[in-house]
Amino acid sequence: MTPKTLYDKIWDAHVVHEAKDDTCLIYIDRHLVHEVTSPQAFEGLRLAGRKVRAPEKTIAVPDHNVPTTSDRSNPEKMTEDSAIQVAELDKNAKEFGIHYYPVTDIRQGIVHIVGPEQGWTLPGMTVVCGDSHTATHGAFGALAHGIGTSEVEHVLATQTLIQKKSKNMKVEITGKLPPNVTAKDITLSVIGKIGTAGGTGYVIEYCGEAIEDLSMEGRMTVCNMAIEGGARAGLIAPDKKTFDYVKGRPHAPKGFQWEAALSWWKTLYSDKTAKWDKVVTLIADNIAPVVTWGTSPEDVLPITETVPGPDNFKGAKADAARRSLKYMGLTPGTKLSEIEIDTVFIGSCTNGRIEDLRAAAKILKGRKIREGLRAMVVPGSGLVREQAEVEGLADIFKKAGFEWRLAGCSMCLAMNPDQLRPGERCAATSNRNFEGRQGRGGRTHLMSPAMAAAAAIAGKLTDVREMS
Amino acid sequence: MQKFETLTGVAAPMSLVNIDTDMIIPKQFLKTIKRSGLGKNLFDELRYTENGEENPDFVLNQKKYRNSKILVVGENFGCGSSREHAPWALLDFGIRCVISISFADIFYNNCFKNGILPIELPQEIVNVLMQETQKGSNAQITIELENQMITTSDGTCFSFDIDSFKKHCLLNGLDDVGLTMEKAASIDNFERQSKIERPWV
Repeated sequence: MTPKTLYDKIWDAHVVHEAKDDTCLIYIDRHLVHEVTSPQAFEGLRLAGRKVRAPEKTIAVPDHNVPTTSDRSNPEKMTEDSAIQVAELDKNAKEFGIHYYPVTDIRQGIVHIVGPEQGWTLPGMTVVCGDSHTATHGAFGALAHGIGTSEVEHVLATQTLIQKKSKNMKVEITGKLPPNVTAKDITLSVIGKIGTAGGTGYVIEYCGEAIEDLSMEGRMTVCNMAIEGGARAGLIAPDKKTFDYVKGRPHAPKGFQWEAALSWWKTLYSDKTAKWDKVVTLIADNIAPVVTWGTSPEDVLPITETVPGPDNFKGAKADAARRSLKYMGLTPGTKLSEIEIDTVFIGSCTNGRIEDLRAAAKILKGRKIREGLRAMVVPGSGLVREQAEVEGLADIFKKAGFEWRLAGCSMCLAMNPDQLRPGERCAATSNRNFEGRQGRGGRTHLMSPAMAAAAAIAGKLTDVREMS
Repeated sequence: MQKFETLTGVAAPMSLVNIDTDMIIPKQFLKTIKRSGLGKNLFDELRYTENGEENPDFVLNQKKYRNSKILVVGENFGCGSSREHAPWALLDFGIRCVISISFADIFYNNCFKNGILPIELPQEIVNVLMQETQKGSNAQITIELENQMITTSDGTCFSFDIDSFKKHCLLNGLDDVGLTMEKAASIDNFERQSKIERPWV
């Protein structure tokens, strides 16, 4: 038998039809839906008189627009257009009979946190969502990627997608991570190495000891940002940690179905002699706590470094660096650890899970954030929030001076009222530092939750290793 | 979907690399439940000042590029979010073709669903076309999809590659959902088989 990669195996198990030119029709096992990229797709179904083909495999939750303040169930707290989008999702979920977690449900949260939490995401599945961070679900050994609204409509109507197979890339992280270096530092360092277009046309499989050592939540952080490296999807082979995480979740298989699933899941790994189109290796020991300095996720450096200048780059990248530095208000040669911040945002589908909150709270315990700083924690789901309250993390955050918010995407993309003002500088655990991403003129530095907590205390970007 | 056969128009340059979908259409405009009307906010934060006035330096605000139908752009165009609002905004503005060394995967796919042709070409050719755009409204570029050919104002021709299925759909303005519906029997079969092999899904 031809040796296969994990991606090959999942792909082969989902081909409904293959045309002569290799264009395939791929079956979709789970379709996650949120309020921003779905209204036009449902409207398309309605106009064509079509139904949702597999409503039992379709799960909707509002997350992008929703306010995170405690009075949010009052629609007046939303702008009119946000309220309309959320109301549309309410209506569409009911009309088409799909699974739905409304804002008032404790299980509501960011779609990529809710999916795994509720056991919708399982190894070997194909998972799509009209959101680029669908890559998150790859942590389970599920082939998961973002799609546009036309494709959302296509999946709703047919439960399939028209696709051509991507190439296989292996990203191996060898050895063990040093203390205080996290999954976020791995994923940002990989992007720093391959660039934001480095993964274009590929599906990445992350492997190696440092990846195996990560918890499921850490693995989700790594896969979440595969898209920032340009890859269609990120994958990690499922193992005992994966199976233990999944077992007993509300929508995970049970009884004899669990046994049947498990025996298939255990075959989901890349064969030793599988062929890779590209291999990238990083040594875990060389990975440091990192931050971004520019307006692309590839603009990443260890916190011990200084702000680079345009001369450090060639051609169009030098122009991009010049523009980034101007936008970010930074001078080349400045120590990254001297950059003062105004805001701290802990949350997002990248780092809004319970372990992320634990990591931040560990640094914040018994400490206060710098006076005058705006700091907020936005848990990734209502259940993460509840768990953090039970564990006393919420008290640590509040005592330190953080706002303790309700679940949603929040300041990661600033579609709700949580936004940066022009020129405001933010230490963020989210995934994109694009111009205007967190609010027009806002300046974003990406980092891990522990690093964001350290920055909150110091009021500037800080090496967490000096604080823990 | 609007067919794409032959397009002749002015091409505007945007040489910046990694132009992301937040730049193409900022999030505040994603709150619409329609596909239309986004053209006025295309490249909003580059195109308008904070007061909402036109930024005279921005390429599409310059007289010679106001009616551009083609963009020649830096590499990795359309990176970031999956928002189809990005091609919707381009289309609504009147852009039917984008030329670059490389595109982000989801954006590239989204273009084809909306009658926009993204063309990938080697750096040398993109450089030539970028030069060509400097002629402004004096330089009409013609793109023929059937022959996969770009012709500049001085008659220089460049061929380009494109996936045959995507080309077929674009030439004929075909709706993917309709095409897939014709394969309903294959989907039924797959689901029957899947119920036996992976009943937990």
